Amino acid sequence: MSAAAIPPEVRMRPRLALRGITKAYPGVVANDRIDLDVLPGEIHAVLGENGAGKSTLMKIIYGVVKPDAGTMQWEGQAVRIASPAQARRLGLGMVFQHFSLFETLTVAENIALALDAAEAGSGLPAKIRDVSRRYGLTLDPARLVHAMSVGERQRVEIVRCLLQAPRVLIMDEPTSVLTPQAVLRLFDTLRRLADEGCSILYISHKLDEIRALCHRATVLRAGRVTGECDPRRETAAALARMMIGAELPHPRHRPPVAGAPALVVDGLDLRPDDPFGTTLRSVSLTLRAGEIVGIAGVSGNGQRELLAALSGERRVARRNAVVLCGTAAGRLGAAQRRSLGLAFVPEERLGRGAVPEMSLADNALLTARHRGLVSHGLIRADAARSRAAEIIASWNVKTAGPEAAARSLSGGNLQKFIVGREILQGPRVLIAAQPTWGVDVGASAQIRQALIDLRDAGVAVLVVSEELEELIETCDRLAVIAQGRLSPARPVAETNAEEIGLLMAGSAATPERTAAARRP
Amino acid sequence: MRIALEARREASRAAILLAPLLATLATLVAGFVVFEALGKDPVAAFHAFFIRPLATRYGVGELLLKASPLMLIATGLAVGYRANVWNIGAEGQLTLGAIAGGGLALAAGDAQVPSALLLPAMIVAGALCGMAWAAIPAWLRTRFNANEILTSLMLVYVANLFLSWLIHGPWRDPDGYNFPQSKLFTDAALLPNLVSGTRLNAGLLIALAVVAIEWLFIRRSVWGFEMRVAGLAPAAAAYAGISSKRNVWLGMLAGGACAGIAGVNEAAGPIGQLLPTMSPGYGFAAIIVAFVGRLHPVGIVFASLLMSLLYLGGESAQVNLALPSAVTGLFQGTLLFFLLAADVLVNYRLRAVRARPAAR
Ligand SMILES: Nc1ncnc2c1ncn2[C@@H]1O[C@H](COP(=O)(O)OP(=O)(O)OP(=O)(O)O)[C@@H](O)[C@H]1O
Ligand SMILES: [Mg+2]
Repeated sequence: MSAAAIPPEVRMRPRLALRGITKAYPGVVANDRIDLDVLPGEIHAVLGENGAGKSTLMKIIYGVVKPDAGTMQWEGQAVRIASPAQARRLGLGMVFQHFSLFETLTVAENIALALDAAEAGSGLPAKIRDVSRRYGLTLDPARLVHAMSVGERQRVEIVRCLLQAPRVLIMDEPTSVLTPQAVLRLFDTLRRLADEGCSILYISHKLDEIRALCHRATVLRAGRVTGECDPRRETAAALARMMIGAELPHPRHRPPVAGAPALVVDGLDLRPDDPFGTTLRSVSLTLRAGEIVGIAGVSGNGQRELLAALSGERRVARRNAVVLCGTAAGRLGAAQRRSLGLAFVPEERLGRGAVPEMSLADNALLTARHRGLVSHGLIRADAARSRAAEIIASWNVKTAGPEAAARSLSGGNLQKFIVGREILQGPRVLIAAQPTWGVDVGASAQIRQALIDLRDAGVAVLVVSEELEELIETCDRLAVIAQGRLSPARPVAETNAEEIGLLMAGSAATPERTAAARRP
Repeated sequence: MRIALEARREASRAAILLAPLLATLATLVAGFVVFEALGKDPVAAFHAFFIRPLATRYGVGELLLKASPLMLIATGLAVGYRANVWNIGAEGQLTLGAIAGGGLALAAGDAQVPSALLLPAMIVAGALCGMAWAAIPAWLRTRFNANEILTSLMLVYVANLFLSWLIHGPWRDPDGYNFPQSKLFTDAALLPNLVSGTRLNAGLLIALAVVAIEWLFIRRSVWGFEMRVAGLAPAAAAYAGISSKRNVWLGMLAGGACAGIAGVNEAAGPIGQLLPTMSPGYGFAAIIVAFVGRLHPVGIVFASLLMSLLYLGGESAQVNLALPSAVTGLFQGTLLFFLLAADVLVNYRLRAVRARPAAR
């Protein structure tokens, strides 16, 4: 790192300094001689494509992964961080890209697990409520984690870190599932923390956020540091160019030619399986072949329940409440709905969209068990492997190959694999939840384009997302889900981000209030 | 200062395979201590336990003979265990298999039914009755969500009492001086011997064939794949539309069928009649075998040999050292204990934690 690149006002002793950090996995060098300085009180972005090695570097700092080579200094002292516990003792906190929460425990119990015995006493729920209120991250300490959406789980992780008053806070894609309003609140929090002297390492694929928030950015490509800049002085396009080494493609949008209804939801009422879920109240929606409909909303407003009811993971008593390609499908299971032409990209990729321990070839088989990969009840292993290879090649998934385990992929690469797998099924209806969550700018553009191409090919596409910009860019019509009710879908041209954002935000605080009211 | 468990960064493959070996070693060390405490010379005890049983051709035959039912049952149980279907009642399913196969043999009596007809019929009947017994917990689980661990275990006692009633009542040998035992089976109802000079019979071939089928089932069949997914990631199984009911049925029925066949093999093999107790706990020991073998067909073959050796060694120790018969169960339990402990250490490591100054 050249000294000239550092503005003089921040030229001080780095709180954390990495030198020559190297980590190789079979088939890839995830980190290649990385140098990085983190100064006190700075918000430092780490930028890079999917699989560039950002998460690996953060895990090395946090003591989760052991580097093959390289040294680390903390406040000028050489340290070897051997475990997350030691990292926490030094004053490091981390919010992981893939969460590390125990599903069967409550929010408070999960947080207690990460704290010293002394801190995890009976006053903890009050402390949690206090911190979450102070930083605008609504959270009910008594709630069980397994019933929470991805967005809500992330709040738990963030609050867990903040409770420990860290001196370096690592955030691996923290905003991917927050509403615009929540992102602004989080930024206030982070700026306040930085002003108090906490350093923040911030990973995100949202370049506008980085420009708005970060003081400095380090760019990684294929495991190496390829550049450094002040993101406040760069345009998003320039940052993207630094990251992917090419111009960003722009999605082509043709006027929709909507055809016959492919997915009709009619007055769907559904009580949730768990007490903290959201009850769906007369949800109606018509999705036609050849159009993209978006559902916007803050997570925890019924998306989870609606998606389960659409995918068949949750069956509905009334057969006609869900009509798929002309067939009353309410009582059909997930496999039967798939054979009617449904494909589905779920929001959790590890453990739901993919089996972490299994190879990509096996994961390609997961939802394609009845599409040429199986004959007479036997798996055609070669076919599954070449199917995986096809997905890897056409989606440019960075991995050692079809035999690599799903959990070895970086977040964005696994997402590309799952999206690719579902599209390759040749669906008539595609439902995608948070399709570009954690995907780099280049690949996001690729996924959005793929959705648009599917639409132009006559497929009915439903996108459920918290990212308003994405919805407005790709969708033909937009609906908002709030407290289990779905607003009528309106053409995107007739609405705007502010209006929808307000609708979403208006409902943001309420589910928590009702959950709290329900407690005895 | 206290000892804390700390998650390892990555569980190594070698450690996963080494854990059973380590557990075996630790069991031996524990055995050493036990023998010392009992005032026996450990070297002589080990010789009696592990060497003497294998010193003769007959002994090796016994090893394989006892390994066969363990292998067979563990293989069947592993089908379900891989999908988190916990059939604990193989012992009862074995008993039902023995009742069905043995009942057929007794019914055939002296009627000169050819062996080529009678034996397969006994095996099929045993498999079907084992499955029927396993179907009860499967149905209770899929219909009422009743925990199959409890129901399958409770049915063991029902099955054993049922057999006991048969042997003390309707099926008692009238010429048996009132001993609780059935008539001896005719030669047509006995499994053919494999190696002269031993009691080893065709049951071993059946067990090995089942192991091979199981290997194909998990590696090649979609159902096997679906069961693996259900065990590894239940949410992914639901997402992919994998039927959890079918997995419960498959897992329970596979275990029941294998245990039932093992029951027939015991009746038509070393025992040759029906007795109130048809197995020295093979159905329970097979649970340990399945786990020591890592639910893998090849691993199960080796684990069943080890467990069989523990049975033989226990008998030999009783005879030669006048040790109590509980020593067999002790070794089995110790082995499982150390295996589970070693498993924890595969994923975690022990660390001494100093009481540290109050929090920041
Ligand atoms: N445990 C592992 N085993 C094998 N390969 C791994 C493992 N962890 C990471 N990798 C590989 O290392 C590379 C870097 O991964 P990393 O998760 O650091 O990427 P990233 O920059 O965080 O990407 P993303 O933006 O998609 O999250 C990838 O090619 C990934 O496949
Ligand atoms: Mg990452």
